[in-house]
Amino acid sequence: MSNALSALQGAKFDGLVKVADAGLQGMITLRGDFADAKLQAAVKEATGHDLPQQRAMALQGDTGVAWMSPDELLLLVPYAEAHACVAGLRAALAGTHHMVENVSDARAFIALSGADGLVREVLAKVVPVDMDPQHMPEGQMRRTKLAQVAAAIWMQAPGEARVVCFRSVGTYAYDVLCTVAAPNSGVGFYAS
Amino acid sequence: MLTLHCPYCGVHADETELASGGEAHLKRFGPGASDEEFEGYLFMRENPKGVHFERWRHAYGCGKWFLAARCTNTLEVFGTYPAQTTEPPQHVRDAISAKRPGWKWREFS
Repeated sequence: MSNALSALQGAKFDGLVKVADAGLQGMITLRGDFADAKLQAAVKEATGHDLPQQRAMALQGDTGVAWMSPDELLLLVPYAEAHACVAGLRAALAGTHHMVENVSDARAFIALSGADGLVREVLAKVVPVDMDPQHMPEGQMRRTKLAQVAAAIWMQAPGEARVVCFRSVGTYAYDVLCTVAAPNSGVGFYAS
Repeated sequence: MLTLHCPYCGVHADETELASGGEAHLKRFGPGASDEEFEGYLFMRENPKGVHFERWRHAYGCGKWFLAARCTNTLEVFGTYPAQTTEPPQHVRDAISAKRPGWKWREFS
């Protein structure tokens, strides 16, 4: 068995906020018909959560489910369990129109932590999203463009944000976030 | 800057998140069509100064196609609606009529 490495291999940066590799996280892409009872049951079985509403996500520890589009979900599971979880989903959804794939190793996972206002500000510098707590509350998944690449972002807790992007652009996303989190680059747009 | 409401995500997506897909409501003419119809389908496009209907894709978001009615002159957006629609829905037509009385675009008005 090869030794699994996260895309950024533990990189860390301490500036306006802390930018760090969030480590290995099991991620599963699931596409299908949300109205299908079999799919709803399979998601509940795999993550312990109900199907999320539009743009919502539910997360407990490193297990959760996020709404990606009207027919796509991102399931978060512990890294080591991803393969078994995919096999379980395939078995549960046999005969239903669906697609399920383990994408854990295709992604880079970045954590931002610090004062809530500054974390929001650092993201707001590179995404075309209103990062105000009213528009980007915790428990909301937002897929958008981070500088020049596609990314999914969410607020995990006050002062804790997560960024997911393709592994091939992981270093780029990390470098961009470190640049906009440079010390003394604070604007103070959001209240901390 | 153009900001369009994605009918699938429910977010106000910035232009940089979107990919433009050209004119909306094109009717395909394929095998069996006359040369004029086929030429019109392939090449003839509206280029209005004013009300226009376009296809857009939320490329960096949900990845879905949707249609938008907007003014090319002022960038005012009258409404967006799912791509599985063969003609502008009534509420979008009403929104345009309220701002641009007597508007006309191809066979719609």
